[in-house]
Amino acid sequence: MTDDKDVLRDVWFGRIPTCFTLYQDEITEREAEPYYLLLPRVSYLTLVTDKVKKHFQKVMRQEDISEIWFEYEGTPLKWHYPIGLLFDLLASSSALPWNITVHFKSFPEKDLLHCPSKDAVEAHFMSCVKEADALKHKSQVINEMQKKDHKQLWMGLQNDRFDQFWAINRKLMEYPAEENGFRYIPFRIYQTTTERPFIQKLFRPVAADGQLHTLGDLLKEVCPSAVAPEDGEKKNQVMIHGIEPMLETPLQWLSEHLSYPDNFLHISIIPQPTD
Amino acid sequence: MPDSALWAVDLFGRVYTLSTAGQYWELCKDTQLEFKRVSAATQCCWGIACDNQVYVYVCASDVPIRRQEVAYENQRWNPVGGFCEKLLPSDRWLWSDVSGLQHRPLDGVALPSLHWEWESDWYVDENFGGEPTEKGGWTYAMDFPATYTRDKKWNSCVRRRRWIRYRRYKSRDSWAKIPSKDDPKQLPDPFNDLSVGGWEITDEPVGRLSVWAVSLQGKVWYREDVSHPNPEGSSWSLMDTPGEAVQISCGPHDLLWVTLWEGQALVREGINRNNPKGSSWSVVEPPTSENGIMHVAVGVGVVWAITKDRKVWFRRGVNSHNPCGTSWIEMVGEMMMVNVGLNDQVWGIGCEDRAVYFRQGVTPSELSGKTWKAIVASRECDRSHSGSSLSLLSAGCFFGDEVRGSGESCVPSDTDASSDAERPGPDPPVPAESLDCPRNPKDSFASGPGTSRTAEHTVEVASPATQTPRPEPRPGPASTPAELPWTNIDLKEPKKAPSYSAAGFPETTGLSSLEVLPLGLEEPCSADDRPLWAWVSGGGCAVEAHSMLKWFSVHSGLSASVQMLSLSITPAQTAAWRKQIFQQLTERTKRELENFRHYEQAVEQSVWVKTGTLQWWCNWKPHKWLDVRVALEQFTGHDGARDSILFIYYVVHEEKKYIHVFLNEVTALVPVLNEAKHSFALYTPERTRQRWPVRLAAATEQDMNDWLALLSLSCCESRKVHGRPSPQAIWSITCKGDVFVSEPSPDLEDPAHLLPCDQMFWRQMGGHLRVVEANSRGVVWGIGYDHTAWVYTGGYGGGCFQGLASSTSNIYTQSDVKSVYIYENQRWNPVTGYSSRGLPTDRYMWSDATGLQECTKAGTKPPSLQWTWVSDWSVDFSVPGGTDQEGWQYASDFPASYHGYKTMKDFVRRRCWARKCKLVTSGPWLEVAPIALGDVSIIPESPGASGNGHSIALWAISDKGDVLCRLGVSELNPAGSSWLHVGTDQPFASISIGACYQVWAVARDGSAFYRGSVSPSQPAGDSWYHIPSPPRQRLKQVSVGQTSVYALDTNGNLWYRQGVTPSYPQGSSWEHVSNNVRHVSVGPLDQVWVIANKVQGSHSLSRGTVCHRTGVQPHEPKGQGWDYGIGGGWDHISVRANATRAPRSASQETAGERSGEQGLPSRPAQVAGSLQGLSLGPICC
Repeated sequence: MTDDKDVLRDVWFGRIPTCFTLYQDEITEREAEPYYLLLPRVSYLTLVTDKVKKHFQKVMRQEDISEIWFEYEGTPLKWHYPIGLLFDLLASSSALPWNITVHFKSFPEKDLLHCPSKDAVEAHFMSCVKEADALKHKSQVINEMQKKDHKQLWMGLQNDRFDQFWAINRKLMEYPAEENGFRYIPFRIYQTTTERPFIQKLFRPVAADGQLHTLGDLLKEVCPSAVAPEDGEKKNQVMIHGIEPMLETPLQWLSEHLSYPDNFLHISIIPQPTD
Repeated sequence: MPDSALWAVDLFGRVYTLSTAGQYWELCKDTQLEFKRVSAATQCCWGIACDNQVYVYVCASDVPIRRQEVAYENQRWNPVGGFCEKLLPSDRWLWSDVSGLQHRPLDGVALPSLHWEWESDWYVDENFGGEPTEKGGWTYAMDFPATYTRDKKWNSCVRRRRWIRYRRYKSRDSWAKIPSKDDPKQLPDPFNDLSVGGWEITDEPVGRLSVWAVSLQGKVWYREDVSHPNPEGSSWSLMDTPGEAVQISCGPHDLLWVTLWEGQALVREGINRNNPKGSSWSVVEPPTSENGIMHVAVGVGVVWAITKDRKVWFRRGVNSHNPCGTSWIEMVGEMMMVNVGLNDQVWGIGCEDRAVYFRQGVTPSELSGKTWKAIVASRECDRSHSGSSLSLLSAGCFFGDEVRGSGESCVPSDTDASSDAERPGPDPPVPAESLDCPRNPKDSFASGPGTSRTAEHTVEVASPATQTPRPEPRPGPASTPAELPWTNIDLKEPKKAPSYSAAGFPETTGLSSLEVLPLGLEEPCSADDRPLWAWVSGGGCAVEAHSMLKWFSVHSGLSASVQMLSLSITPAQTAAWRKQIFQQLTERTKRELENFRHYEQAVEQSVWVKTGTLQWWCNWKPHKWLDVRVALEQFTGHDGARDSILFIYYVVHEEKKYIHVFLNEVTALVPVLNEAKHSFALYTPERTRQRWPVRLAAATEQDMNDWLALLSLSCCESRKVHGRPSPQAIWSITCKGDVFVSEPSPDLEDPAHLLPCDQMFWRQMGGHLRVVEANSRGVVWGIGYDHTAWVYTGGYGGGCFQGLASSTSNIYTQSDVKSVYIYENQRWNPVTGYSSRGLPTDRYMWSDATGLQECTKAGTKPPSLQWTWVSDWSVDFSVPGGTDQEGWQYASDFPASYHGYKTMKDFVRRRCWARKCKLVTSGPWLEVAPIALGDVSIIPESPGASGNGHSIALWAISDKGDVLCRLGVSELNPAGSSWLHVGTDQPFASISIGACYQVWAVARDGSAFYRGSVSPSQPAGDSWYHIPSPPRQRLKQVSVGQTSVYALDTNGNLWYRQGVTPSYPQGSSWEHVSNNVRHVSVGPLDQVWVIANKVQGSHSLSRGTVCHRTGVQPHEPKGQGWDYGIGGGWDHISVRANATRAPRSASQETAGERSGEQGLPSRPAQVAGSLQGLSLGPICC
């Protein structure tokens, strides 16, 4: 019998095989070999690319190096989005490995945030966790935690320690027995087709009549364009962690099991591949 | 927690129940009658129906209520005819009772009432005190009365034999009229109120109840001899009262309050075990003189009352010593009536809306609760309305009657007018009489016969339209309550939501109500047809603090919550969405990883260290708990495997030292909770041999649980043990009730190279049990200390294992109750008699059973912080040896053997006090309600036999000693469906079923029984064969494997049954195998495992040790010696699921090499050593 705990494990240990190539216009002293790496889906680009940076810096002159940034097929990759989300949103229909271009010049100021150090990633990650808990428990759980628990969450993510992370994170996933779920579900819905970065609204896991809300209910409510009409052709894929959960899946269950470490459900709406 | 039910009566006299697990009122199965009062206990409900007769509704159960009738046949020897029926004139009757004084011919023994039936004909009992007699069952003596023996001697002049016959109570799940066979002149007049309680006064006889009733004439009656085996009781006794009673309430224990006509309350004093009827009355005045008490309700330690102005009152200071309490406190709300149920929970019926209210927040520390919350559960939209058209007429009778019965209690002003009607004769009162009630003209049609339901409808419709003459636009009942007899309110209340739109039927006046009767009846109950209640009883309804009730919200459609507590796989687990997620994740992993495994990982695995502060028991000087720093270092090897080391840093004599433990060597982590410390013991094979674990303690329970969960997870990871235990797993239980499970390695039962059992890895499962039994098809059952039966759900974790160490589903709340015992000791002296002044050399006057430890009532704490007291101290009368009326046992001196009566030579006495405590935890267990069990056994599957289709045989003994066979047990439904009762002539204690359907059992008299002809097609077999116990020994447990039969006696001797063959499965004799055994489990490979009483290790002695019989071979089923495993507080083991036969090996010669001695040694170590072992042993029982 498969247990729901295995889902957490599968989600955590999701990896995307990636090929990093240096941008052709970067000036190198000798030819830069592509660099192959398994990226954790749940982590952040700038957190797991130390090896990439080192690899390419070896072939470059010191003065040509400024802040590293990544780009896929012309789109700069936001480091503050989880890697899995970036992949699902931009590259899920293309062949593996995922080809990412590495840049050290011409930082796209209007598209990307600067990431001076890992502290920035930590600050971003923790603020997401806090925001999620504000939605789920009016911040009660995160506020009751000690500093070291917060640290353990972060260290768990940084060192890819599933046990370490979940030992604390499970508390964030609890809810009072008399309720049927969280207060609101922390989610963000991303679409490549719109200018808006993402959709985020207040949405409860349980309807007024006691019925559990499903993924479909959420989409109908906040992003009706993503859902195909009853008889119509399916135009979009609704993707989380590289899979397409059925629209009947209860939202509360999704939130508990398919959230990213930042405690948000990052849902990608992407056009149905035509092939 | 088992489901239990709240009973209620609606305005039409229909009885409904509401399950604590349900969300709908269910109509009582037997709907032939309408009731005006019900009073429920757990297993039955008493009621007064509209015919003023008393009825009892005994809930159905798989275990029958059966009683043994006994008669003795007596014969005397004479030289002519030998033993014959010619007795001497001075002799007893030829057929008599056991004393011989009463004539008792077999055909003269009659059934007590229509509700009983004979189970079979009379037959001769051939069991004589555990020994089988000769055929014919005769026992011999020199003369009547004398001591009888089995054997005929030269001087045996008389003989007798015992005939037995069983009768069965058959009227279950139906209202059985209490027969009134007493002299008609002494018949109690029609009853007006009734209350059931007293089940906590004593356990003897089983299910004893106090049933009290009040007649219309204001007399109080007590029903004699009501108990589980005699649900109807025997006769009514009149109790003298100093006034006219109108209502009565009897609590579960010794509280009994009565409402008097004049508005005071009567309180019964002196109710106790020896005198459940009590001895005297005291009077309690009402809270205010102008409004007398109308209604009282009592619990174990609470009294609630309602005064005539409908105000609710709580009585302060009520307890066993002061049943009258001290003062009244007014509570919020206005109620028609209140009722106190189990755990002193309170229900009431609202004055305004006639809804049933539940008092929320009633806890032992806050008995008055917090708020009233209306139960909005709806009735199942049933068809009973249209079905009961005939009985509706009698419902009308009931209301006619209620006018009088209750009216007199609450409407003093009415008494003059209707005093004649209030004193009806024994014949059913004609309701029309009450129509004369002058107050409200509307009454004249409202309470007429046959109009009850329709009247309501018509009034609803008519009154707004026609403006039936009334003084006011309907004064609220709260404002002028005293003026309104209950019936008025009964019928007026429905108008609260009158449908004004219905004014289109102005011609439907009250007078035409009879014509519309059929119309009203056929109306389906609509959604807003809220039930209106007349009476509620919670005496059978167990609501506890942690229970979640679904009564307070309306549910549409069939909710999944009903199915939530059933073991069949819930829809959520089989739902398509769930399957798809699992499937897609697997596909994703394949797609994204399969071809790229050679890629480098972005994040290198590193060492992770968890540090903390614990206390560590220093095994050597200074022999005390030391504060230590601990660090758990986890690292990942090249192959991805994890391993961990636990470092314990300590300082002795300012010298820094450390010890370390490799977690892959740890064999068990055992929580050792006691009053003071949250500690746990850590075993390795080495330390198991030494009987000397590493002991660590944490500052808080949470801290300990975190460490235990983490260490346990690390141990499991390093051994790659994960998830649900395999079906072959070996289960065991410690004396603390903790459940452990071990995966058997294939060579565990390999006779050639036996895996030493101290190397077995035990991991803990959540839950609290006393017994666990498993079989290799994954069916696992447990029994709690409170005899609750549990079935394993397939989950893991729970208890202190939260988060990752626990499965998401299949973990449920589990509770257990056990008693703590202390002893009050006294010595006799010539001046004061027995007193608590002992000799200086005596034991403590309040002590534990040994007398070595002082245990006072105030100073004794629950066994650990997990437990909380749930009762007060009470004398335990059920101690072996018997007690006198006050619970004392006498002896010549401490310590000695005690007896239950005083003799000249007895200088000391003691009595046992018990106090119940309760633990609430969680684990992968679901209750198998409602029958409590004492023992259980599941058929071990023969090795190699695959599930052959038919269900899995499971036998059990109920806590009362009934033998039960479970039907419908399978892998998919491990809880089975129902019990099949297997009749026995005496209570049983232990049972075991072997792989070939050999069922063996041990009776409470210590003898064994074999059940013949049990097979898949005849699951209960046909008859018992009596097997004598070993000479001078009383057996207590039996275990049957593939072919081997082992039994254990009360002195710790283990016996092997010799001569068992397929054609003669009973065997021939018992052969001694070993002493020092506490529990035995024989598996499907005929492997023998026991819990040994005492085992001396190199450092310490441990009690309760898992041992494995070595050298067991087909030609040597008794084996040769013992191999010692985990120990120190182990109580129970089940190896009956392990059918993993070792791979065939060439040499079978080395068997039994490890330890060759016969019998388990309990080496008498030097006194200091063994004492130390006792006091320091990790889990002292």
